[in-house]
Amino acid sequence: MPPTVAVTDLTKRFPGITAVDRLTFEVQAGEIFGLVGPDGAGKTTALRMLAGVLTPDGGSATVAGADIIHDPETAKARLSYMPQRFGLYEDLTVEENIRFYADVFGVSRPERVERSQRLLDAAGMSPFTDRLAGKLSGGMKQKLGLVCALIHRPQVILLDEPTNGVDPVSRRDFWRILYSLLAEGICIVMSTSYLDEAERCHRVALLHQGHMLYCESPAELKTHLRGTVLSVVSGDARRIRTALVDADGVLHIWLVGDGVRLVVDDATRRIPELRAALRAAHLSFDRLEVVKPTIEDLFVAVTSTSSGETS
Amino acid sequence: MTDLDTTTIVGHDLVKRFGTFVAVDHINLEARAGEVVGFLGPNGAGKSTTIRMLCGLLRPTSGQALVAGYDVAREAEQVRRHIGYMSQKFSLYNDLRVIENIRFFGSMYDVPAAMLKEREAWVLEMAGLVGRESTVTGTLPSGWKQRLALGCAVLHRPPILFLDEPTSGVDPISRRQFWELIHSMAADGVTVLVTTHYMDEAEYCNRLILIFHGRIVASGSPSELKQQTMTGELLLIECDPLGRALDALQHVPDIRDLAVFGNALHVVVQHAQTAIPHLRGVLSGQGVTVSRIEPIHPSLEDVFVSLTAQLSAHRT
Repeated sequence: MPPTVAVTDLTKRFPGITAVDRLTFEVQAGEIFGLVGPDGAGKTTALRMLAGVLTPDGGSATVAGADIIHDPETAKARLSYMPQRFGLYEDLTVEENIRFYADVFGVSRPERVERSQRLLDAAGMSPFTDRLAGKLSGGMKQKLGLVCALIHRPQVILLDEPTNGVDPVSRRDFWRILYSLLAEGICIVMSTSYLDEAERCHRVALLHQGHMLYCESPAELKTHLRGTVLSVVSGDARRIRTALVDADGVLHIWLVGDGVRLVVDDATRRIPELRAALRAAHLSFDRLEVVKPTIEDLFVAVTSTSSGETS
Repeated sequence: MTDLDTTTIVGHDLVKRFGTFVAVDHINLEARAGEVVGFLGPNGAGKSTTIRMLCGLLRPTSGQALVAGYDVAREAEQVRRHIGYMSQKFSLYNDLRVIENIRFFGSMYDVPAAMLKEREAWVLEMAGLVGRESTVTGTLPSGWKQRLALGCAVLHRPPILFLDEPTSGVDPISRRQFWELIHSMAADGVTVLVTTHYMDEAEYCNRLILIFHGRIVASGSPSELKQQTMTGELLLIECDPLGRALDALQHVPDIRDLAVFGNALHVVVQHAQTAIPHLRGVLSGQGVTVSRIEPIHPSLEDVFVSLTAQLSAHRT
């Protein structure tokens, strides 16, 4: 099967900056693909190009078989784009907003009723159809935005930081809706600046300052981390950090709320050495153990060697 | 040097009602000098209302709070002089130069002219902005902007600092540098209160307080919360096809929570050892191939969702 979204060397320049630099990836039907990186990585610019609202300076892309540069209107009819601020009408009710978007996209009444009921159920919003959109919480607004964006059965959904400001419970509802759509063969491309959210995507493109660092599944990504992540749980984190920062084999070390995390080159060799160093410095700790690396750990390891800009 | 045992924030039976709605319902809390405390809770749980009361911006309906020794209801002006406030989104003027932002906050916080020079130098040094005093703030990378915002929030050397989702959207290296700064301020005796939805940020707090429907429902260090507050055990299930597995497990009564993580499921059960063979049976009965099923350590997010789901169930 040809990919539902195919992006080749997509580039966008703004004065003084290349916001997206030769971005290349493919997404299949039934897949959730994440554009992951901090602010300024190029995520929003990439999504806007795919949505046909921003013209690329180079490269090409097709969305659901339509070329976004030469045939943007066809592409737009087959996709749904949910920007960070989705245009809900605050003085209309939940149901009226859905009806409005259904009319805009030419969805028939029976189809709208059936589909909106299913989506509202999945979103846990069925009891609130008469509520004004302006009176909804942040999480509910985002979910309503998603329902509106999905009402016309798009083949591709582009979501720009859809869970920003949404609490973890609503975020789970949101993800449940997304996963339920995959069975219909929909393909989802979403952006997030939170690396822990990337774990929920099938594959992610890790972006930094317009460049793609990696494009793989979250599990594959973590295999690129050189070394092992250790956690030291202690109430004396600051002194432990000072004691270990220059120890042999410590590649990175940073404070967290209940201790320190560090990346070492060789865990079997370094764990006894680190324990000895802490004992020698009379620093007490509850646990020193290997923990699973996160995508954030990889991101830090890669960007701290390739870029001096953040230091 | 501040005495690290000093309690700098005390809230006693704090209540805030808006009409018939009880936004904050008899909250008791304390924070000591040098502590980094995280406030977590879903939208509408009462986090911002509590913070606004502690900042002296909103009068409690009943109860009392002392911040830096001042009563938030009767001495709001004094309270505001002793706190710093920073949110990633609203703190800085993007069209002003770096130095203009610092001076603006200096005058807002009434920093004496004699002291301002020294504080300006400190902020520039701390934020790594020496030599960039004339840069337009809006053009700075987000990590720098955020350190500048932090500097501006603490120009007047407040003993208490409120942070609202401070590192949202910032790259992880800058985030780690930011928290280094926060922890070094805490080492000097500053009390830091952080509100956030993001577990990435919560991990950096010494102690977390979880608020739900206006009440404190759990508190402890991140590792304590992960070990103690989770009721039941968390399983990771890798299987195929995922959609069918999801449908099959939706109706298993022992499952308390079910979430999809990429190609795997996270499932909360009462006892892992009895649930594993049972779930294997259910899944293979539906033609689902299970490649892996094992207990895993919960993340803070798992803890958060488990607690709030439990409490919601009690209320309905």
